[in-house]
Amino acid sequence: MTASRRVLVTGLATYWGGRLARALEEFDEIEAIIGVDTTEPTHELERTEFVKVGHQHRLIERIVEGAEIDTVVDTRLVVNSLTTSRKVAHETNVIGTLNILAACSAADSPVRKLVFKSAAHYYGCRQEDPAFFTEEMERRDRPGNWIERDIVEADDAVTEFAERNPRIAVTVLRYANVIGPEMRTPHMRMLALPLVPMILGFDPRYQFVHADDVVHTLEHAVIRELPGVYNVAADGVLLLSEAIGLLGKRPLPVLPPFGTGLIVAPLRQLGLRIPDEMLDQLRFGRGLDNRKLKATGFEYEFTTREAVLKLREHFQTARIVRAMQEPYRYQHEVETFLRSSRHVRERAGAAEQPE
Amino acid sequence: MAQERATIAPPRRPSKSEPAAELAEQMRELLPAIEPDRTIDDWGRSERVEALLDRTLVDFFYRYWFRVEVEGVENVPAKGGALLVSNHAGALPPDAAMIGKAIHEEHPSPRQLNILVEHFFKGFPLFSMLLPRIGCVAAHPANAHRLLCDEEQLVLVFPEGAKGTEKLYSERYKLRRFGRGGFVVAAMKAGAKIVPVCVVGAEEAAPVFYQARFLKKLTGLLYFPVTPTFPWLGPLGMIGYLPAKFRIRFLEPIDTAGMGPDAASDRALVQTVAQEVRARIAENLDEMLSQRRSVWFG
Repeated sequence: MTASRRVLVTGLATYWGGRLARALEEFDEIEAIIGVDTTEPTHELERTEFVKVGHQHRLIERIVEGAEIDTVVDTRLVVNSLTTSRKVAHETNVIGTLNILAACSAADSPVRKLVFKSAAHYYGCRQEDPAFFTEEMERRDRPGNWIERDIVEADDAVTEFAERNPRIAVTVLRYANVIGPEMRTPHMRMLALPLVPMILGFDPRYQFVHADDVVHTLEHAVIRELPGVYNVAADGVLLLSEAIGLLGKRPLPVLPPFGTGLIVAPLRQLGLRIPDEMLDQLRFGRGLDNRKLKATGFEYEFTTREAVLKLREHFQTARIVRAMQEPYRYQHEVETFLRSSRHVRERAGAAEQPE
Repeated sequence: MAQERATIAPPRRPSKSEPAAELAEQMRELLPAIEPDRTIDDWGRSERVEALLDRTLVDFFYRYWFRVEVEGVENVPAKGGALLVSNHAGALPPDAAMIGKAIHEEHPSPRQLNILVEHFFKGFPLFSMLLPRIGCVAAHPANAHRLLCDEEQLVLVFPEGAKGTEKLYSERYKLRRFGRGGFVVAAMKAGAKIVPVCVVGAEEAAPVFYQARFLKKLTGLLYFPVTPTFPWLGPLGMIGYLPAKFRIRFLEPIDTAGMGPDAASDRALVQTVAQEVRARIAENLDEMLSQRRSVWFG
């Protein structure tokens, strides 16, 4: 199989889509990067082309065929049940995934590789779980919350697609809880509190992955050929109390061990929003076996502990940095002008080359 | 372990297992490195809590209360994964802690012991925090495999399980059924040695006179024993042990690596080995009991 040259990133406006496209721009052997999404990208991109389109499979199929895309990277998966409504999440995770798969499944499709960003939510957190999930462990029970149900359905659809289309190398990456300065997840919110709530009598095992490593793994999957399912989680599993200690905060075991769900509802009203799937994790925790991906030659930049320590630095400097940053705004006309007008001068690096 | 296995295994072993062994070795190298700044490992085991418990309780019970005597500690391999299989009884059985301490005290190269416990504890408040910190791991086949094969550790299992702890005083040292032989399968898959262990004394130290089934249901506990001190003294009564004399005997290991790679899927062989382990423990227990003159003085 040939290396990726023409890449389609679905979900360009998501944090991961934007960061991945920017990372792929650095590779000269990738000649075309095209991103699709329903909203404008939030990352400044140089040569990535943005097409404002949903996940209707006919439209994506036309883009795929028109641009002769050989690699599709699907970064749209919603794992945060707080920022997205149930309906939108289902639409994105299940219907969207099926549409993307449909767009790649035509017999004469130029697509040779599909990278799907899944999540460790696939495994869930239950009492009878092993301490480290490996990739071949299937989820047998029906998840008790809708976000996990959707993720399991999407993940299953992709693995089934892989079986039916052996000509396409399908990579499924299941990510542990991501932490990093720009993450807006329920866990990040909880860890940012001065006193971090825990369930009384429980100290779950947590494995994180740093946001930079997430981008590196997506990039690794595009550059290399890795068919199959891979867990992505940093080395090392921490106890939640240990992680809280590393952040220089104090644990606050206030959530009752019995009837936790009843207490959580009023807490949501007060601003401490703990979704159901997180409640399971606060009780039983989750660990992943990350060796399969490491065996392909991938090296993590951060261990779980280092990622948490990095987060501590961020929390300490967050206020100063926030004042300095100005958000990027996508302006279609300006972007088109900068990319296609012949009056735009080449950038410093390119200008030095003789015509 | 892999080299060791290669020398023990008969030469006619199918060649397809060779890459499997190689792969296992390769995966072993990819295990996360131990971070020296941490006092807690990836399973949740805490050196500090363990040391604290050792100083305050375990050491006292081991030396002065139970006056533990150990035989055959050299049967515990100095390296490589090994599965220790022991008899089990009592309210909150002290046998696991004493076996761990015995290896720590008597073995020429002391190793830490991981104890397989019921998944139940993972869902019970406080137990779920305390047990992993002192080396208890939920008895999931994948956990056993990772400990035995990948991390090459010592693992202790009580195949009688909850049925063992439910035993009443009158049924002491009568071995219950050894599950479905899951422990044998785990050892075979990992190519680990099985070391049968006999403990005499533990079943008198924490005698159970009655199992209160309705209270078990009411409290959601795994079992609700009535002992000389529990529930009368509250949760502390769980460690109100009687000063029985302890004897621990480690028996000759059974090497599962020599049985070939397909042994784990051979139900008959698994059952035979499980029966063999059970019979050896029962035999040695009988011998140890017949030699014993007093429960309290040995």
